[in-house]
Amino acid sequence: MYVAVKGGEKAIDNAHRLMGQTRRGDPAVAPLTLQQIEQQMPLAVARVMTEGSLYDPELAALAIKQAAGDLIEAIFLLRAYRTTLPRLAETQPLETTRMTVSRRISATFKDLPGGQVLGPTFDYSHRLLDFALAAEGPDTPPPAAPEGSPPEVADQPMPRVLSLLADEGLIQREPPGDPEARVGDITRQPVDYPAERDVRLQSLARADEGWLLGLAYSSQRGYGNSHPFAGEIRQGTVAVEIVPDELGFAIEIGDITLSECEMINQFNGSKTEPPQFTRGYGLAFGLAERKVMAMALVDRSLRAEELGEDIAAPAQDQEFVLAHADNVEASGFVQHLKLPHYVDFQGELATIRALRREQAEAAAGKDETP
Amino acid sequence: MTMPAPTRASTPTSEGYNFAYLDEQTKRMIRRAILKAVAIPGYQVPFAGREMPLPYGWGTGGIQVTAAVIGPKDVLKVIDQGADDTTNAVSIRRFFARTAGVATTEATREATLIQTRHRIPELPLNERQILVYQVPIPEPLRWMEPRETETRKMHALEEYGVMHVKLYEDIARFGRIATSYNYPVRVDGRYLMSPSPTPKFDNPKMDRMAALQLFGAGREKRIYAVPPYTEVKSLDFDDHPFEVQSWDQPCALCGATDSYLDEVITDDRGGRMFVCSDTDHCRRRRDAQEEAAQ
Repeated sequence: MYVAVKGGEKAIDNAHRLMGQTRRGDPAVAPLTLQQIEQQMPLAVARVMTEGSLYDPELAALAIKQAAGDLIEAIFLLRAYRTTLPRLAETQPLETTRMTVSRRISATFKDLPGGQVLGPTFDYSHRLLDFALAAEGPDTPPPAAPEGSPPEVADQPMPRVLSLLADEGLIQREPPGDPEARVGDITRQPVDYPAERDVRLQSLARADEGWLLGLAYSSQRGYGNSHPFAGEIRQGTVAVEIVPDELGFAIEIGDITLSECEMINQFNGSKTEPPQFTRGYGLAFGLAERKVMAMALVDRSLRAEELGEDIAAPAQDQEFVLAHADNVEASGFVQHLKLPHYVDFQGELATIRALRREQAEAAAGKDETP
Repeated sequence: MTMPAPTRASTPTSEGYNFAYLDEQTKRMIRRAILKAVAIPGYQVPFAGREMPLPYGWGTGGIQVTAAVIGPKDVLKVIDQGADDTTNAVSIRRFFARTAGVATTEATREATLIQTRHRIPELPLNERQILVYQVPIPEPLRWMEPRETETRKMHALEEYGVMHVKLYEDIARFGRIATSYNYPVRVDGRYLMSPSPTPKFDNPKMDRMAALQLFGAGREKRIYAVPPYTEVKSLDFDDHPFEVQSWDQPCALCGATDSYLDEVITDDRGGRMFVCSDTDHCRRRRDAQEEAAQ
């Protein structure tokens, strides 16, 4: 006689043990250290920190290790940890004009104050597998240092490309923020549509890179006219400051590495606005150039309503973009289909059998009529 | 087989975490949302849902509601598809045994707090019990109108015609309403509400239920509620009254004819049997039969 399957608890325990073994792989191979991940997979660490919304390279490395390299799982681990942390203070707005840049490029001007700094990039490399890396061992000398003297970029404010345009009045000015107004916080307030730009940018900052990349791409291919130029992309470190209540003035609590992108987009003007350029903005932790570029394109697309444009393309529709951008939510909900649905499926089975029976009976009735 | 007594978790509450995982501020925020939900039956109250250490879509809303209302003296039952031993029910029950150290049970009548996915227990619940539903999509109008900005207006204006049109289209095409689960209900004559993906078989149990019913949607960040003894009416038409599923055969294990049955495929030649989806209900009936036989 059939007995309902028991032993869920034991099965779960054993499943986790098996995953532990899968994660570890061959025990004869040395285990990965967090330092190795943090140092040698910095772009994976950056993505996990950005979409996990927590700047902590060591914990991100731990999450990557624990997730066996599944970055979305690692992002989930970091988020679930982050949500338990107390709020100690709010930082001052980051001043990326004072970034110590390692890379800064503009696609709109050949030269500009502060210069073009190529910095570390995969760009212009030929994507040929480097078999020398496969043979790398502890005795291999470290990669060669760049030749020549480093460009003198440190310590002088580097004006934003977009503010050079703004001086001429050619680009839309950002509405001045109200310093007294609190910035929205999507981790403490559910998103209320239509969402303001602060909330939108927060959602985009933690949004799945693949989702943003696809949407940004769609906006370039005619689903929403974006006509973008990469006004400026910069990467580097920025000081984080807080104002402790007991001091009353700002103190630096550390540096974080950021990638920032400001896109310049065509705009034909509207009833109230003269023709001018408009902006899209992207910001992420660590080296995350693809993410910030995609984010800037999507940010601009989502400003359609504000600029009086028609909302016709998916990338312009904020409920569509933002409600499906979080990969922790998306991954959970897509994968919940693995959970049993016996009860609902039984309901559907009963319905479809009844419908088919009725149809068969009706057909049989028709055959009998002469 | 006898009814297992409630088991007190042997391991102490997880170190470094608050009772029932969430910090007290978060619980307070959720309780405020619950109070508002109880005050406006069927209305979806937005709340600042937190990331939980379980994935979205796997009961994070229900878990947050449970965490906000559970106390050390509560006895918790967790079911998925009506059963206590489905893997996700086991996982959630363990989560609270570990983080809250509360007693757990599989017996519906002993539980003070029941978290469920997709079923309402067959045994009528009482006033000292709370039923917490895990809700994937709280918005009943979502399939007709995907935009939150629009559905909010439709609720505000009680503009529920589209739902009736949808049910009518079923009748026009199939001769009957083809919705078998997540069957829309009207709460206290006002808000249209999704009962969560429970089979429509369970809808009548919601009507004037003695227990408080709380609904948590974690990913969608909404909480709603049906207070005890509140009218819950399944939508229908005068000439097509609401009806629930029925089976041609009784439960193969306990012989019940009044419970929701799962179909179990027993071989690859079309062999199948039907058994109670509510494992506690089935076991209780079988125990009673054994006792009577002795």
